[in-house]
Amino acid sequence: MALNAIRVQKLKSFFSLIGVLIGVTFLIAVVSIVQGMNVYMRDRFANAIIGFNTFNVRRSPMISTGNVTEEMWRSWQRRPRITYADADYVEQHITFPATIARFCEDRVEVWHGGKVAKDIDLVGTEPTYFDIKRYGIRLGRAFTPQEVTTGSTVVVLGDIVADKLFEGADPVGKVVTIGGLPYKVIGVVEKQGTLFGLSMDKFAIMPYKAPGRRLICPINVLDQVSIRPTNPDSLRMAMAEVEGIMRIRRQLKPTQESNFALETAEGALEGWAKISKILMTALPLLVGISLVVGGIVIMNIMLMAVTERTREIGIRKALGARRADILSQFIVESATLSTLGAALGIATGVGLAFLVKALTPLPASVAVWSLVVGVGVGLGVGMVAGVYPAYRASKLDPIAALRAE
Amino acid sequence: MEGERINALRGVSLEIRRNEYVAIMGPSGSGKSTLMNLLGCLDTPSSGEYWLNGQEVSRLTDNALARVRNKEIGFVFQTFNLLARASALHNVELPLVYAGTGAAERRRRATSALTRVGLGDRMLHRPNELSGGQRQRVAIARALVNEPSILLADEPTGNLDSTTSEEIMRVFGQLHAQGQTVVIVTHEASIAAYAHRVVVIKDGQIESDLPNPSVAAA
Repeated sequence: MALNAIRVQKLKSFFSLIGVLIGVTFLIAVVSIVQGMNVYMRDRFANAIIGFNTFNVRRSPMISTGNVTEEMWRSWQRRPRITYADADYVEQHITFPATIARFCEDRVEVWHGGKVAKDIDLVGTEPTYFDIKRYGIRLGRAFTPQEVTTGSTVVVLGDIVADKLFEGADPVGKVVTIGGLPYKVIGVVEKQGTLFGLSMDKFAIMPYKAPGRRLICPINVLDQVSIRPTNPDSLRMAMAEVEGIMRIRRQLKPTQESNFALETAEGALEGWAKISKILMTALPLLVGISLVVGGIVIMNIMLMAVTERTREIGIRKALGARRADILSQFIVESATLSTLGAALGIATGVGLAFLVKALTPLPASVAVWSLVVGVGVGLGVGMVAGVYPAYRASKLDPIAALRAE
Repeated sequence: MEGERINALRGVSLEIRRNEYVAIMGPSGSGKSTLMNLLGCLDTPSSGEYWLNGQEVSRLTDNALARVRNKEIGFVFQTFNLLARASALHNVELPLVYAGTGAAERRRRATSALTRVGLGDRMLHRPNELSGGQRQRVAIARALVNEPSILLADEPTGNLDSTTSEEIMRVFGQLHAQGQTVVIVTHEASIAAYAHRVVVIKDGQIESDLPNPSVAAA
């Protein structure tokens, strides 16, 4: 019966739904996008760049969150670089079992047979790096610690680099030229995909002591030392220990700030966590506003309906409808109207979420709780908005109502 | 209206027995509408009593009156007062909805009531798909569906042409013949002529209350 009344006044009903529709759309879309973003930031962004349960010892943070002032930036630039000796010192002094990878990088060109791959991230590191980055080897092999010690001219290519230079042919055993030096390709890393639309496969990895190291870092200098404690639960303690070791190594007084940075995936996510929190806090407010507006619109539509249908109310009363019957009829109508709005809102919200999923790399996933809240809120708004019009309808005098035109 | 108290009816004493066929006549402003509202339990008297089917109904609460209207009164209005959006069947089912009758039983009884007024083949039509006479038959079926003590018709032929009026009055005659108590409120003598007893109201009082000689003779 309620649906029937709504069907008859399609257009008017639709406009009255818009408030609730927008509110619920907002709820569903924002929640799913923020949650998708959370997953993305955690799984792809932070961990792809820094690594699971790993921290980096660097001169300055790679991923800065919040405002970095000009002054801070300059003070970071004045800090001493991380040296081979620093890395050795840390490795010798830590008391916890850990995987350690020395790391240095820069952008280079990689050549093979007249073809060039530009803007390739050349990484100088140790075999442990493959472990920390969870790089699987698709073809060939990674290099060995011996090849690092001897500074062998071997290189493991990223998927896209291998594709570009060898176009499907097996690159293992072939020679590529980096910075004028010949390197033997010994392996290719599995495809890593994209992050924010950028390829994560544009790299070449070589032993950090290989001759080409002057291309990426000054002699005896590293960009960072990645440390992954074997026990992931001891990450915090391990960081504290390494900070202490580095401070002793750098002979810092207790009053002096550390002139190096320790960076974790979690730390890099702080900025995002803040944004996410603000969005999630503002969300109820935004949704609330559109729902209040939607509720008021529905209330007015229902008041109009009561006026237009005065005679119907009179007929129903004459036929034996009690006040409670009329009251519930109009509340049910109002709730149906607004739940319909919520349902449309869910449809558009889910649609938006899937659109975002299709058009961006964000894994926007619809949260089940937001659907439940959406429907509940729709129902609630409708019922509350319906109470007053329904009360007015139930109070109508049947004689006067029957006389109404 | 403010300040001055107008008694639409004064000192009216009326007894209608089971299976009577009564016409209440009077010019507009005579108080016959007020009397009809009282008989239909849409209104309660400011003083005096109204006994309906062995129950004193003049002091009942709103909800109790709604129940009496639902069970004891079958209204037929001048303007039919059908729900425009609902089918004939649904219109007839409505009093049963408020009586709390189950869906299957509602359908059965509504179908039988519609068949009784000769609309068994028009049940799923909406009012705007029916003629005036058919609409009034739907209204009569609706009034009958709860087997009321009184069938109370207010100018039931006011919106119908003379042929259709006769047709509708024949339906009332048949219902009366089947034992139904019928009260018709009208200002038309030709309609009142169908009743077996005619009560004339004027200035809020009963002017005359006589058996209908033409019917009595027939």
